[in-house]
Amino acid sequence: MASTFETVAGIISETCDIPREQITPESHAIDDLGVDSLAFLDIAFAIDKAFGIKLPLETWTQEVNEGKVPAEEYFVLKNLCARIDELVAAKA
Amino acid sequence: MRLEYFQMIDRVAHFDEAGERLEAHSTVPMESPVFEGHFPDHPLMPGVLLTETMAQASGYLILALTRFTHMPFLAGVEKAKFRSFVGPGAPLVIEARRIHQGSGYAVTKAKIASGGKGICDAELMFRMLPFPEGLSDRMREQARTIGLAPDAPAPEA
Repeated sequence: MASTFETVAGIISETCDIPREQITPESHAIDDLGVDSLAFLDIAFAIDKAFGIKLPLETWTQEVNEGKVPAEEYFVLKNLCARIDELVAAKA
Repeated sequence: MRLEYFQMIDRVAHFDEAGERLEAHSTVPMESPVFEGHFPDHPLMPGVLLTETMAQASGYLILALTRFTHMPFLAGVEKAKFRSFVGPGAPLVIEARRIHQGSGYAVTKAKIASGGKGICDAELMFRMLPFPEGLSDRMREQARTIGLAPDAPAPEA
């Protein structure tokens, strides 16, 4: 079974047409990979479907915009994957 | 349908909240300036307006399911297929189903049929944003006009 990161990297590669080898756990989806907000909706939809969860994008965006949480907490892929794992575990 | 005003839905025939589905009916107008160019002496409903029709049916569905708390703005069209032509006077049955409600976005599948024949279908994504000033009342008013009651209680979780 693919790891969370492998699944997410595959989704980003396919959705945004980014070579898979450019995507690492340290990649920042926005700053390093150039994912824009619209593309991130497509990614979120694919992640929601793949993991059976609902990424709380509105909450995350609000927290980042209000300066409560640095964007890296949600948009660096290793951190994003950790959040996904938490959501999957909470669902079980 | 008033193509020039982007009023694509004549009336909502059925809203199934539990099934997250809406069926709407419209009739392509006999005359419209749109047909003067699309195409001369061969009037056809443009695919872009069929897409808009699917988007509006989907939008009203999302508005009803979310109790008009946010405005759905079309953000993406995937897998759009235009299978048959329709022209002036054609009755349209538009069906929209919500297939996913994400955080700040929603995804629908929609299709249009005429005379039992499939015309087009697509998967549509909407970004859910706060209503711009004054638009909420206008959307509620328009929803009432087409037979969709926007005043049900209890916002969706």
